[in-house]
Amino acid sequence: MSPAERLELYRQMVLIRRFEEKCAEMYALAKIGGFCHLYIGEEAVAVGAISALRPDDYVLSAYRDHGHCLAKGADPKRVMAELFGKRTGLCKGKGGSMHLYDVERRFMGGYAIVGTHVALAAGVAFGLTYRRQDQIVLCFFGEGAVPTGIFHEAMNIAALWKLPVLFVCENNRYGMGTPVERASAIYDIAKTALAYDMGHSTVDGMDVLAVRDAVGRIVAEMRRAPRPYFLEARTYRFMGHSMSDPAHGHYRTKAEIDEHKKRDPIPLFGQRLIESGEADADRLRAIDAELQAVVQEAVDFADQSPPAAPEELMTDVLA
Amino acid sequence: MPELLYREALNHALREEMRRDERIFLMGEEVGFYNGAFKVSKGLLDEFGARRVIDTPITEAGFTGVGIGAAMVGLRPIIEMMTFNFAILALDQIVNNAVKIRYMSGGQLSIPLVIRGPGGPSRQLAAQHSQSLESLFCHIAGLSVVAPATPRDAKGLLKSAIRQNNPVIFIEGQELYSTKGDVPDGDYTIPIGRAEIKREGSDVTVIAWSKMLLLALRCADQLAADGISVEVVDLRTLKPVDYDALLGSIRKTGRAVIIEEGWEFCGVGAQIATDLYHRAFDAFDAPIERVTGFEVPIPYAKHLEQQALPTAERVIEAVRKTLYR
Repeated sequence: MSPAERLELYRQMVLIRRFEEKCAEMYALAKIGGFCHLYIGEEAVAVGAISALRPDDYVLSAYRDHGHCLAKGADPKRVMAELFGKRTGLCKGKGGSMHLYDVERRFMGGYAIVGTHVALAAGVAFGLTYRRQDQIVLCFFGEGAVPTGIFHEAMNIAALWKLPVLFVCENNRYGMGTPVERASAIYDIAKTALAYDMGHSTVDGMDVLAVRDAVGRIVAEMRRAPRPYFLEARTYRFMGHSMSDPAHGHYRTKAEIDEHKKRDPIPLFGQRLIESGEADADRLRAIDAELQAVVQEAVDFADQSPPAAPEELMTDVLA
Repeated sequence: MPELLYREALNHALREEMRRDERIFLMGEEVGFYNGAFKVSKGLLDEFGARRVIDTPITEAGFTGVGIGAAMVGLRPIIEMMTFNFAILALDQIVNNAVKIRYMSGGQLSIPLVIRGPGGPSRQLAAQHSQSLESLFCHIAGLSVVAPATPRDAKGLLKSAIRQNNPVIFIEGQELYSTKGDVPDGDYTIPIGRAEIKREGSDVTVIAWSKMLLLALRCADQLAADGISVEVVDLRTLKPVDYDALLGSIRKTGRAVIIEEGWEFCGVGAQIATDLYHRAFDAFDAPIERVTGFEVPIPYAKHLEQQALPTAERVIEAVRKTLYR
């Protein structure tokens, strides 16, 4: 991996961070509506994992999907326009925050009924296998999806049929306000894969290089001998479940969040780049400034775009 | 024209379409090695192999989701529900994914998908295996719902359903699989959204679909003996409804009876009656009568089961009521 590639990982994480911070701002201004789930704190998972894929590999996500969509290469302008409900949005303003799609970049959607898109991911992999193609499907979901029935149906089918799906569990410790210990009978979520005789491991989800290395190794093996794999990325969300609830309060303390922020994936990786001499603080600040401009440009684009078209209400129902 | 069983006609449709288009595959419980719980997929595994005729674990939600995912990358799945009773387990996949992915993505994707299998109350199978669920599916924006009654319609409509680029719910009559009828040779299609007059008449229009078509035709015979001329319209597609065909008949007769095996409240017939009044209030000489199943789970005991469902007596009474005699 070249220094330029490493800087690119840093760049993508900062892009997502600044993008999400701007979303919070725009939500407060009511430019963004509905439910809006921010990815702040979890950036290393999407960026590390997706950077290990080929551009023609497929990604599906749950409803906390801005980060995955951006990491897959979507134009921040069109993502922001979608959140603003504008006709220039990725989905013409019909999908919104929880349902981003950029099919050209093989980002196959964000899904908001917990666990259900895991079966779709198995289906995409089935389709690729059927067509004798060699792409991988990467499916992101939270640890809250693991106890659902559909998740287990999909795991069983993927293992039974040796489908090339990498299940990436983003274990951010909370399903909304319920800690994993109160929702899952097992704490080591990755062990779920044992029930399906599926390869599994756990990775530090705050370490972008660790995630990238793990996914790179798994994907290389999957392409050689297609079969699913379960990777649990231990991460943490710094914000509330959505924009509708505070970061801390009745279910976790500020002190707990502060403790996790000591391992904020962005400064963690930035420090490593500085220590290795690949970048200095000025270079990282310049990257930050550059990405703040990119995000501001996205907001300006979204602001200036025309609203979702009334004549589009009834289109795209049927092909 | 050769005579075929309803199940054979469906089998021919599957076989011909799978020969025509390699993107089509059949997936479901017991569709392969077992040759289908109702033998609709008989011989397909032999002809097309396990790549295209795929036995699944008992996971309706799971394999429906897999079908939708496969459609997202350009395949044309046919998902078999061993019976539509089990499709309830897959309802989230149908309601939240199959019919919404195109819209949510702003038209970036389409989901050509047929979900097919037997439906309707049947032979003392009791409450959980015996019911009419078509109105559930008709309620969902973006779904087409088809329920053919004859072998000819079954083949022609299944071929049309497979060629659609959108999700189609295709409900086969569980009690119709062994019925016989003339089926044209080779490739033909019957368009989705077209009803058909199965018996011409002039006094009353009786609207029915699937197994209830047979009941309607029996009642029409009986009523003819009493000098009442019944026109029987087979809806064939429940959504979208062919209002032109229904109105054409009602403008002639001025009266209508809708037979539905399912429950009355929010039934398919309720919607059709509302729409017919809105479109042709002036055409009616009597209120529309509905004959439906009663609002109970289907009982096991044979005589209770019969009592719960539309009977010839109730249909004949309804027809007479529209004629005030």
